Amino acid sequence: MKEYDLVIIGGGPAGLAAAAAAHESGLRDILILERDNELGGILNQCIHNGFGLHTFKEELTGPEYAGRYIEKVQELDIPYKLNTMVLDLAADKTVTAMNRQDGLFQLHPKAVILAMGCRERPRGALNIPGYRPAGIFTAGTAQRLVNMEGYLPGRKVVILGSGDIGLIMARRMTLEGAKVQVVAELMPYSGGLKRNIVQCLDDYGIPLKLSHTVIDIQGKKRVEGITLAEVDGKGKPIPGTEEQYECDTLLLSCGLIPENELSRAAGVELSPVTSGPLVNESLETSIPGVFAAGNVLHVHDLVDYVSEEAGAAGRHAAEYIAAGCTEAEYRTLPVKCENGVRYTVPAAIRPDAAGDTITLRFRVGNVYKNKKIAVYAGDACIFSRKRPVLAPGEMETIQLKTGLLRDCPEAAGITVTLEEA
Amino acid sequence: MDKIDLICIGCPLGCPVSVTMENGEVKEVTGNTCKRGDAYARKEVTDPTRIVTSTVRVKGGRLAMVSVKTASDIPKDRIFDCVKALQSVELAAPVRIGQVVLENAAGTGVQVVATKNVPAV
Amino acid sequence: MLDIVIIGAGVSGCAIARELSRYRAKVLVLERDEDVCCGTSKANSAIVHAGYDAAHGSLMAKLNVEGSRMMPALAKELDFSYEQNGSLVVMLDEADRPTLDALYQNGVANGVEGLRIVERDELLGMEPNISDEAIAALYAPTGAIVCPFGLTYAMAENAAKNGVEFRFDTEVTGISPIEGGWRLETSAGSLDTRVVINAAGLFADKLHNMVSDDVMTIIPRRGDYFLLDHSAAGHVHSTIFQLPGRYGKGVLIAPTVHGNILVGPTAIDMEDKESTATTQAGLDEVRTKSSLAVKNLPLRQTITSFAGLRAHEVRHEFFIGEVKPGFVDCAGIESPGLSSAPAVGKMVAGIVQGILGLAENPAFDPVRKGILDPKALDAEAHAALIRQNPAYGTVICRCETITEGEIIDAIRRTPGARSVDGVKRRTRAGMGRCQGGFCSPRVMEILARELGIDQSSVTKSGEGAGLIVGVNKDSI
Repeated sequence: MKEYDLVIIGGGPAGLAAAAAAHESGLRDILILERDNELGGILNQCIHNGFGLHTFKEELTGPEYAGRYIEKVQELDIPYKLNTMVLDLAADKTVTAMNRQDGLFQLHPKAVILAMGCRERPRGALNIPGYRPAGIFTAGTAQRLVNMEGYLPGRKVVILGSGDIGLIMARRMTLEGAKVQVVAELMPYSGGLKRNIVQCLDDYGIPLKLSHTVIDIQGKKRVEGITLAEVDGKGKPIPGTEEQYECDTLLLSCGLIPENELSRAAGVELSPVTSGPLVNESLETSIPGVFAAGNVLHVHDLVDYVSEEAGAAGRHAAEYIAAGCTEAEYRTLPVKCENGVRYTVPAAIRPDAAGDTITLRFRVGNVYKNKKIAVYAGDACIFSRKRPVLAPGEMETIQLKTGLLRDCPEAAGITVTLEEA
Repeated sequence: MDKIDLICIGCPLGCPVSVTMENGEVKEVTGNTCKRGDAYARKEVTDPTRIVTSTVRVKGGRLAMVSVKTASDIPKDRIFDCVKALQSVELAAPVRIGQVVLENAAGTGVQVVATKNVPAV
Repeated sequence: MLDIVIIGAGVSGCAIARELSRYRAKVLVLERDEDVCCGTSKANSAIVHAGYDAAHGSLMAKLNVEGSRMMPALAKELDFSYEQNGSLVVMLDEADRPTLDALYQNGVANGVEGLRIVERDELLGMEPNISDEAIAALYAPTGAIVCPFGLTYAMAENAAKNGVEFRFDTEVTGISPIEGGWRLETSAGSLDTRVVINAAGLFADKLHNMVSDDVMTIIPRRGDYFLLDHSAAGHVHSTIFQLPGRYGKGVLIAPTVHGNILVGPTAIDMEDKESTATTQAGLDEVRTKSSLAVKNLPLRQTITSFAGLRAHEVRHEFFIGEVKPGFVDCAGIESPGLSSAPAVGKMVAGIVQGILGLAENPAFDPVRKGILDPKALDAEAHAALIRQNPAYGTVICRCETITEGEIIDAIRRTPGARSVDGVKRRTRAGMGRCQGGFCSPRVMEILARELGIDQSSVTKSGEGAGLIVGVNKDSI
C-alpha cells in the first residue's frame, strides 16, 4: 500500500476543506478516507437550503455545498477511498482501515486530521421510559430515509428536541405528506436557529412546546402514542401536566455527540464539555501531528465555520509536515472559561506559534442578553465586544490579535468571560 | 386596522415585531431593533416567499432520489402546489446539479432544479 | 402426525429442541413471535448463576448447578460467547453476616464448587470500585456471563441442522386430546402430534390450564435495566450482587460478554404479559440501588434501557414433567432459567424419550459454528477473508464494527434473521452507542435484498413493527 504524508479521516465538509487547504499550502501527498459510498458526509442528506452564506455569499443546499468542495478536491486530484472504515488510530499515527478492494490495510502518515463528524444522541441515552417499538428514529435517520431513499418513516409525528435537524425534519415530513403534531423541547429555549423555528414550524402551524419532554412511549410493535409533560426548572416532569398524543412516529433531535472513539483509542485528550479533542491554536490535539476540525472537535451551528476551521487544520498539518514534523517548545497559555462560556476551541494558545490572529470559537450555556464578550491575558483585557444576545444554539466566533498576547509575556493564561455590557 | 405579530429571523435576537396594516398597506412596524427587522416584517406581511426544497425520483441512478430546489423563492402560499407538481416527476440518471427538473413550478414561473449529482449505475 | 411439538422458541424450547434432535423424530417448534429468542430469553441479566441461591433440594437448585456445569463445554461445542468471570454477593452490614453464611451453606449443599467468603481487603483487590460500605462477599468462581441471544440461537441452529423444524408467527390457541396424542389449534391451522412440550414461558400457564385442572399461575415480573457503553467496561469484573438485607434486595452490576456493563433489574409484578415498557419509577429504582454495592458507576454512559418479564410461577419453582399422557410441562422457568437451560433441555428430552422410546439420530452433529467475527481473526486471516468475500470489508455498523458479511451470514442461517432486531441480536449491528442511528437504513437494505422483499416491508421485529409507512408524497 502506498504511504501518504497526510491522512484525513472523514470525507465530509471538514475533511474536504482540510484536504483542499493542505493541498493549497503545498502539500501533495494527501489521502481522504471516507466510510460512506460518496464524499460529502451528512450534507448529502441535508437537502434544505441555507448553507454557504458566509463562504460563497449565496444560499446553497447541503448537497450543493458539498458538491463545491467535492469538485475542488477532484480538480486538485486529491485521492480518496470510499466505503473505507478506519478501525484504529494508534498513538504513533498508524491508521488501520478496511474496505472491499484493499481489504485490511495500514498507513503510516506523518500527520492525521480527525474529521469524523458527530452522531446523534439516541433514545437510550435520553432515558425516556416506555416501550421500544418501531417508529422511534433520530431526526438524522429519518432524514436519510426521506431525503436519500424516498421512504416515509411515519405519518403522524411528534418531535422531541428543537435542534436544527429536528426543526428541518418537521418541515420535510410535512412537505412529504406527514402530519407533524408538535415539537417538544426540554429546555426553556430552542437549540435551533430562529429562522428554522419560523420557516419550519410557524409556516406550517406546528406548535413548539418549550420546557416539555416525552415521559412515556406507547405501542408494543409500532409507536401508537406518546405522553408529553411540562418540566420544572430542573428538567423534572410536573405531575398533572401530562398530555397524550396519538402518533406513529417519534423523532429525536436531542443533541449531537462528536465521534471520538478513534481519538480516544489513540490516546488523544478529550474535553469533557465538548467530547471533542482538546486542541491548541493550530487545532493540534495532545498528540503532535494529529489535528482535528469540524464536528468531531465541537458541534458547529453552520457548516461555513466547519469549512473555515478545517481549512486552518489543513494548513497547520501542511506546515507541520513541511517543518519536518518537529515542533519547538513554546509558551502555552491555557484558556479558561467563565460566566456562562462553556468551552473554547482552542483550549490552549501558544502565542509564538500563532499567526497574526487567532480564531476562538465557543458556546454559551444559557440565553444571555446585553452582554459583553471579554478576553483577558492575565489581567489585561485584549478583546471586548458587545453582544445584544447570546444563545446556546449559536456558536460564537472571535478573532484575537496575537500581538496583544505577545505583549503580555507574564500572563499565565487566558480567560474568556461574559460581562455586563 | 390589522395587527400582525412576527418574530424577526434576521439574527438570533429574534425580536417580536408587530406590523400594523390598513387596507393591505403597512402603516407601522414596531418591536424591531434594527432596519433588517423592519424590512423583514414588511416583506413578510405583503409578499412572503420561500425557497422550496424537495426530492424527486431517479431511474437508473446510484440513488433512488435526487434533491431539488426552486431556483428562486416562490410565494409562501404556493409551497404545497409546488411540492404536488413534483409528485409525478421522475428523472433518468445521470442527473447534474443545476439540471432543470420542472420548468414552471405550479405556475410561479420559477424553475425547479436538481441540487445533487446522481451518476447512472 | 408429528412426534413432538415444542411450544415456544425461547431458551428452554430451543434447549429441548436441540436435545431432542439427538433422536430420530419429527420435531416442530412453534413460536408466536417472528424469531427465536423474543420473550424472556432476550431481556434478562445475561448471567449464568453458580447455583448457591436456589433453595437446596429444589428442582431449580439441581438444574441450575447442572446447567452451570454444562455451560463451558456447550459454549465450545455451539460457539457462543460465555465467560466465567465469577460472581460476588456483597454484604454491606455486619448484621447480615448470618444471611451471608446461610447463602454459603446453601451453595455448598447444592454442590457449587469453589465457594468462599472473601473479606473486605481481598474484595477490594478483586473489585477496586466496590462500595466503601462493603464488608465481605460470597465469591463464586463458577459464576459466569453469557450472551443469551447467542446461546439461544446456537441451540436453535444446531437443532435445525439436525432436523428440527421451526415455524414462526404461529400461536397455539387450543389443545385437545386425540387418539395417541394431541391436536393443536393454531393461528395457522391445526396440527396433530404425539407429544406436546409446553415451553411457552410467560404463557405456559395458559397452555397448562387448557389440559390440567391443577391450576398454574404465571405472573409477569418486570425487570428494568440499563446498558452502559463499552467506555464503562472494566468498572466491575465479576457479576456483583448485593446480599438481601437491611438495604433491600439491590440490583446486579455485571459486565457483558461484549464489553458493556449491565445494571438491573427491578422486580415489579405486572398484569399484562407483554408489558415490557420501562417506567420512570423503575429506572429511578435501578439508578438508586446501583450505587449501593458499587461506587462511581458511570450511568451517564447509558446507551439503552429496557425491561424484560420473568415467567414467575407463584410457587417459585420449575415445573417440569408429564402432566397428562403426552403433555409435558416446562413451566415456571424464571431465573435461574437461562443458567439451567442446558439441563432443562436434557431433562425434558429424557422425559420425552421415556414416553416415545425414540431411536438415536445417527446423523446428529453436535457442533455449530457461530457467525464469523472477523475482529477475532489475526491480521493475515482477516485480510484473506476480505479477499475471499469482500462483504467482510464493508462495515455497516460503525459502533460495533459489524460488516455486511456478518449480516448476510445472520440472514442466511436457519433459523435466520428476518427483521432489523433479528440482525441486531445475532450480529450486534445496532447495539452500540448510536443504537442503529447510522446502520439501520443499511441493515434494512441488506435484509430487503437477501429476503427478496421490498425495503418498505422490512420490519423492526415482525408483523406490525414496520419501519417504513410509505413513500414520499404518496398522500399529498
